[in-house]
Amino acid sequence: MQLSRRLSNLGVGLVPVLLALLFTTLILILVGAPPGKAYWNIIQGALESPNKWASVLTATVPLLLCSAGLLVTFAAGLWNIGVEGQIVAGALLTTWLALNLALPPILFIPLLLVAGLVGGALWGLLAGWLKVHGGVHEIFGGVGLNFIATVLTNYLIFGPWKPAGRATMSGTAPFPPQAWLPRLGSLPVYPIAVLLALMTIGLAHFALRGTTWGLKLKAIGNNQRSAFLMGIPTHRYMLGAFLLCGALAGLAGSIQAIGVRQRLIPGISAGYGFLALLVVLLAGYRPLWVIPIALFFAAVGVGSPRLELSLQLDSALGGTLEGIVVLFVLLAQGVRRRSASRRLAGTQSQSQAQAQAQEHKEAV
Amino acid sequence: MKIELDDIKKYFGPVRANDGITLTVEPGTIHGLLGENGAGKTTLMKVLTGFISADGGGIRVNGKPVHFASPAESIRHGIGMLHQEPLDFPPLKVIDNLVLAFDNRLIPHRRKARRVFKKLSQRFNFSLDPDARVNTLTVGERQQLEILRLLALGAEVIILDEPTTGISAPQKVLLFATLRRLAKEEGKSVIFVSHKLEEVEELCDRATVLRWGKVTGYIEAPFSSDQLVQLMFGQSFPKSERSPVVLGDSVLELQDVTVQTYRLTVPHLSLTVWAGEVIGLAGLEGSGQRLMLQACVGLQKPSAGRVLLDGQDFTRRAYRDFLAAGVAYLPASRIEEGLIRGLTLAEHYVLAQRDHQPVLIDRAAAAAGMQKRIDKFNILGTPGTLVEALSGGNQQRALLSLLPPALKLLALEHPTRGLDVESAMWVWGQLLGRRQSGTAILFISADLDELLERSDRIVVFSGGVMTSPIDATRTSVEQLGYLIGGVRDTEHTGRDTRS
Repeated sequence: MQLSRRLSNLGVGLVPVLLALLFTTLILILVGAPPGKAYWNIIQGALESPNKWASVLTATVPLLLCSAGLLVTFAAGLWNIGVEGQIVAGALLTTWLALNLALPPILFIPLLLVAGLVGGALWGLLAGWLKVHGGVHEIFGGVGLNFIATVLTNYLIFGPWKPAGRATMSGTAPFPPQAWLPRLGSLPVYPIAVLLALMTIGLAHFALRGTTWGLKLKAIGNNQRSAFLMGIPTHRYMLGAFLLCGALAGLAGSIQAIGVRQRLIPGISAGYGFLALLVVLLAGYRPLWVIPIALFFAAVGVGSPRLELSLQLDSALGGTLEGIVVLFVLLAQGVRRRSASRRLAGTQSQSQAQAQAQEHKEAV
Repeated sequence: MKIELDDIKKYFGPVRANDGITLTVEPGTIHGLLGENGAGKTTLMKVLTGFISADGGGIRVNGKPVHFASPAESIRHGIGMLHQEPLDFPPLKVIDNLVLAFDNRLIPHRRKARRVFKKLSQRFNFSLDPDARVNTLTVGERQQLEILRLLALGAEVIILDEPTTGISAPQKVLLFATLRRLAKEEGKSVIFVSHKLEEVEELCDRATVLRWGKVTGYIEAPFSSDQLVQLMFGQSFPKSERSPVVLGDSVLELQDVTVQTYRLTVPHLSLTVWAGEVIGLAGLEGSGQRLMLQACVGLQKPSAGRVLLDGQDFTRRAYRDFLAAGVAYLPASRIEEGLIRGLTLAEHYVLAQRDHQPVLIDRAAAAAGMQKRIDKFNILGTPGTLVEALSGGNQQRALLSLLPPALKLLALEHPTRGLDVESAMWVWGQLLGRRQSGTAILFISADLDELLERSDRIVVFSGGVMTSPIDATRTSVEQLGYLIGGVRDTEHTGRDTRS
């Protein structure tokens, strides 16, 4: 694509973001809060110290991992809403090992991370099996399994895994130090995690576009029946997609448990699964765009609590801004598609229409 | 209502879909619009019904120039179109579909709709149950409902696009009678778009033939097939010769197979298919031929009996095992079940290489490989073309080009449906070529002429029952018609001793 078209695409992509900012600004004014100060607070909150930068990177990790997984399931046409529960499942299996084994860190950490992969993979497989062989739509199955994962977590925190003494809602007994994911000095950032996250998103980009496996997933996502008639083992591939996404989500959960929290807490998944869905939607299912968008979401998440301190504004404003941006972007995409098809039906040349369809195909 | 199309031009880039077409349709006439796929008839009708706007020229209704910005506007002017796929609402009742034709505000005009329904169905002899749900109707009945709906909307011009695809013979007779009535008794203008020469000859008062976006001729009845073919293609096609083929061993054997779905049971299917043989499956839609064909490729598991492929028991095997054993299945709906929207030809090529698929996609090799197929199969497209951008005929070519080179059995549903004469002949050229190299061919068709011309043996399905195979050279359209209608009188059927 030429530079000019790329720039114009970027411009078109920025318009909804600007509109979203405008909209949020209006809300702030209505609420009686100073918009400029509010945004500045969020930015400051995210960037004011190396500690904060580290937090932003750390928050980006689960978003990247889950987004990579969701890119796979979306390619196959699946709505893996259960990703949130898959994060929890990974954290659960990790916690079980962390509290019951003792190994030197060089062995323990990889084992715990693998446990995250396995836990999440199994939870994902469950949702997949329900869909493929049980006819349960993956959204319903996912939501149900999310709920079960949450309830299971709470039971375990209050029951068998409670700290010595009394049970508390603040979490399980803390993990032994051998189970802690190493930091970078005293900064709350975990190099292993960041590396894994970046590698995963890179692999996703590469695998979905450049491998036969990725093409088959896309075929299934576009037309499951035709893909099946062509000889693609659709059930196997769909289950594989659930497994892979679950594994990556579980890894994110494991990292949250042994890195960020060093214990299992209720809400260990912290909404990262759902947030990743927004990231992927906003990125237009493009792996490379996931990175800056995940960073943005992480920054807003880390910076928003400052609003409560300085302006007595609820930190939920950050989440509100994120949601509004996604809505406006999706709206803009819809408008663009509608005007493109109107032009197609009219006087536009067929070859141009094909090229546009190609662009659209690349974009999606 | 008189319709005049003046010098209509519609271009899609370099493609001149309509290159200055002038056409007049008089009220009270049935006007045939003939042409092969790509001749421009669909585009022209889309312009007339407001789906697209012309790049040049104009439309006049009763002498007054009009411009349609949308299909709704053309309907308001009284121009209605019956599309190939009925535009109705299957889960709703027949009467509710009709109600939608009226300008309902808060309360739907149900009583008015029933009155109109009764009046019109009586006038045209339709036996539709107003309280039946549309998804229980046959294609022919859905067409009848469409006609009623258009008439209720006040259509004075009715355009039918390939209306006889998928309807039974008696329904066709009724349709033609209806159209004649609409034209002669009610003074409506009927435009009959088709590539079926015999029907145009039978039905139309005059015809306009299109070729490559231009009009090649205006003719009045009576027509002759040769004349029409000349105008459509510039040449007339001789009936193809049958070349003798030596049949090989048995490729497929159905031993007393029963296929069961909740709607239909097809019992006691027994058939042996020899290598190099072409077997045609005849029958009305829904009579069981599709289920039988799917049982032959492993898409339907028999509830009784055995399916043998090359002598091995494949009864319980999965569809993918059939594919691996040298069987291929080409469904009727090319873009819904055969090809994948959103993927290019080159990507389909990659997916088609079932056994030699590298982990990494070599896009250059895929494009080159697909280009070879494009050249060999004369597909109008490039490796980078999205399959949904191809015309129906080219989609069929693409599907055939993606088949593996050596096949034991090729099962096709309606291989030439919606294709013009030239493309259909090309498809059969390909299929007969495969037969020469030993592939057995099973195909479903609604075209009795095609069945008679191309098959070695024919089996007829009626109400879920399959006849014994009939030698194609010893039967006729009439006999097949009887069998399709369920008549089992041996005097009317040519019995075959092989089976």
